[in-house]
Amino acid sequence: MAVNRNFRVCPSTGLSYHEPAEKLMRWNAVAAVVSLLVGGVLAVLIVLTRWQAVHLLPPDWFYLLLTAHGLDMLVFWIIFFEIAVLYFCASTLLRCRLAAPNWAWAGFWLMIVGALVNNVAVFRGDSSVMFTSYVPMGAHPAFYLGLILFAVGALIACFVFLGTLAVAKSEKTYHGSVPLVTFGAITAAIIAIFTIASGAIILIPTFLWSVGLIGHIDSLMYRTVWWAFGHSSQQINVAAHVSVWYAIAAIVFGAKPMSEKVSRTAFLLYILFLQLASAHHLLADPGLTSHWKIFNTSYAMYLAVLASMVHGLTVPGAIEVAQRQKGYNKGLFEWLRKAPWGNPSFSAMFISLIGFGFLGGISGVMMGTEQLNLIIHNTIYVPGHFHATVVIGTTLAFMGLTYFLIPTLFRRELMFPGMAKWQPYVFGLGMAGFSLFMMGAGTLGVPRRHWDITFAGNPLAYDGWAGGTAWLMIAAMAICGLLATVGGAMYLLITVGSVFLGKRIATPDFAYVKARDGVAPTMKPVEVAFEAHGSNIGTAGFVAPGTFVLALVFLLSFVLYYFVNWKYLSTVWPLS
Amino acid sequence: MSAISPPTQRVWWKQPLDRVEGMWIVIAFVWCLVMFFMMPYWHVFGKQNLANEAYRTTPEAFTAKTQAMVDKYTVRVETDQKIPVVRPPAGSDVYLIARLWAWWPMLELEEGKTYRLHLASLDYLHGFSLQPENINIQVHPNYDHVVTLTPTRAGTYGIVCNEYCGINHATMVSRLYVVKSK
Repeated sequence: MAVNRNFRVCPSTGLSYHEPAEKLMRWNAVAAVVSLLVGGVLAVLIVLTRWQAVHLLPPDWFYLLLTAHGLDMLVFWIIFFEIAVLYFCASTLLRCRLAAPNWAWAGFWLMIVGALVNNVAVFRGDSSVMFTSYVPMGAHPAFYLGLILFAVGALIACFVFLGTLAVAKSEKTYHGSVPLVTFGAITAAIIAIFTIASGAIILIPTFLWSVGLIGHIDSLMYRTVWWAFGHSSQQINVAAHVSVWYAIAAIVFGAKPMSEKVSRTAFLLYILFLQLASAHHLLADPGLTSHWKIFNTSYAMYLAVLASMVHGLTVPGAIEVAQRQKGYNKGLFEWLRKAPWGNPSFSAMFISLIGFGFLGGISGVMMGTEQLNLIIHNTIYVPGHFHATVVIGTTLAFMGLTYFLIPTLFRRELMFPGMAKWQPYVFGLGMAGFSLFMMGAGTLGVPRRHWDITFAGNPLAYDGWAGGTAWLMIAAMAICGLLATVGGAMYLLITVGSVFLGKRIATPDFAYVKARDGVAPTMKPVEVAFEAHGSNIGTAGFVAPGTFVLALVFLLSFVLYYFVNWKYLSTVWPLS
Repeated sequence: MSAISPPTQRVWWKQPLDRVEGMWIVIAFVWCLVMFFMMPYWHVFGKQNLANEAYRTTPEAFTAKTQAMVDKYTVRVETDQKIPVVRPPAGSDVYLIARLWAWWPMLELEEGKTYRLHLASLDYLHGFSLQPENINIQVHPNYDHVVTLTPTRAGTYGIVCNEYCGINHATMVSRLYVVKSK
């Protein structure tokens, strides 16, 4: 069998794309963006319902659309995009042919079918069980079947990714170790395989239960195993978007990791400890001991949190070093002031980093603390937290990467470049406000996934929220949420416009050759010259003093917020 | 040359740590240890902890226990649905049923007294959310979760369901009365 080794070298970036891999990346990215579009439309309707002054939809539609929004965004948008990122990190960065493209297509179509089957089940109206589908509340069997098919497809894609690494190694398309970004992608893929295995362990029995072949599924067992899938899937995102941060820093600034050892060890800590975080969801559950809760939710003494704090320093640190070497070496923050704030790839990446750390990271650790969880569990604080991690963190990072991929992968010029300049700010700031106000309302006890916090018509209605501070918080949340969806619409307009109508960018001297017409030799690795670390930059022996100061500001906010919550906890009724 | 290319230094793991990174790792790790030890510390010195006390139960058994308490200690009924308001003695076992889409019965507790509150669901998962105190606990079917609690302030509290439990989830709300002890 002939092996397709058609490569195209992008004239502006120098990256080489293997033809079948390129096509797969494009299709996965398009499927992702379509999911984002659907999820985004749902987001508007959901926000307009939770905004009590508007209260748009009846409850059945609200819960239905909330279920679909969760799945289309958290699963389909993000995973499709991540598969494209995996192929990019393996095939493009290692200048290697993609292993088994036919399997990759089989995986892709399984994912498409799975996503469609799941969406149809939800929109039929009898599967409004939320993203979490806790038993004994049951959905239509097609709901679980769709998720299982999608997961099998994603699993195939993970193995194609790993196969590509093996091909690159055996065909010697690179020297030494894989790039850091690829290393991060390997982390994501390993976590993804763990995640999908957990998903299979819980969703297959649940599917059999939904068709009547299994009599009973214990609700605590379900939650324990389901979250090994549900939370771990978010850890894939963390590993993936941290890789994207490093990639964008490298692309925009030519930034070199401050130390390969530190960054790689931090990724390794993710593999070892991040999955334990799924226990966060079970802190207010009966039947699990405090020892179990403390060990797991601390990710074994917060070693995974440490990893994120390390990445949070090394990514901007690498940018700072690169900028200082270019001559922006004055004071603490000249490197940051002179950063290309009009480049949407950079601004998206930087807002993603700050939002993920300050809003998502701090809130996540706080509510994942065994006792503090009592004042947070299942309140709207929880979606406030994960919109900061998954939307500002992951989605915005992926948006930043898209602006880079449109010219190099889709070979189209970016349409509406003026709008693209503003898009990360509109989306990022809208989402930041949305998350913050959600957290504010959650601190006041407002529940998540709730259609009406006035309990209209109920004689026992709790009246602590209607018209009060919580009320204002929810209204402010809705306005910020709408602003964020405007930012999302700008992204969709730019992306879809560019991909379908943008001006084509021609690649000189490139013509497709069918695999059977000739097999090209393996790509030769690029020799890179050794560069010494710049030694006369920075101040007081620190190469990145500005980043260090920013990190200390972060730490200070973290410590303050953490102890403020302990103070708050100490005022509630004693429990034991 | 950058994070998207293989490391230029083949033996990258021998490159010495930069001072910025080294210091940050130490500071961050110390902070991680502080956060870790806060949890055991609060178990010993703090007052707000969930006990590890839970039992397997069945809807029938839990309903029977709740009914026995209601029969013994009901002081009045409220609303058109005649929901009993129960005032059990301090220190006793009190039961609260979560079901689609109501809490049953209503409890009236004394300020400053300690009670063993048993929580269980008869059907789906529910969420016990005591407002405005903001204490939130997951309620499972077939698990009897015992929470020992001491109301500290008299007043009327709301019990909201904050785990999505179906179409009428948003109507699942009840009250808890805390009265001054005589």
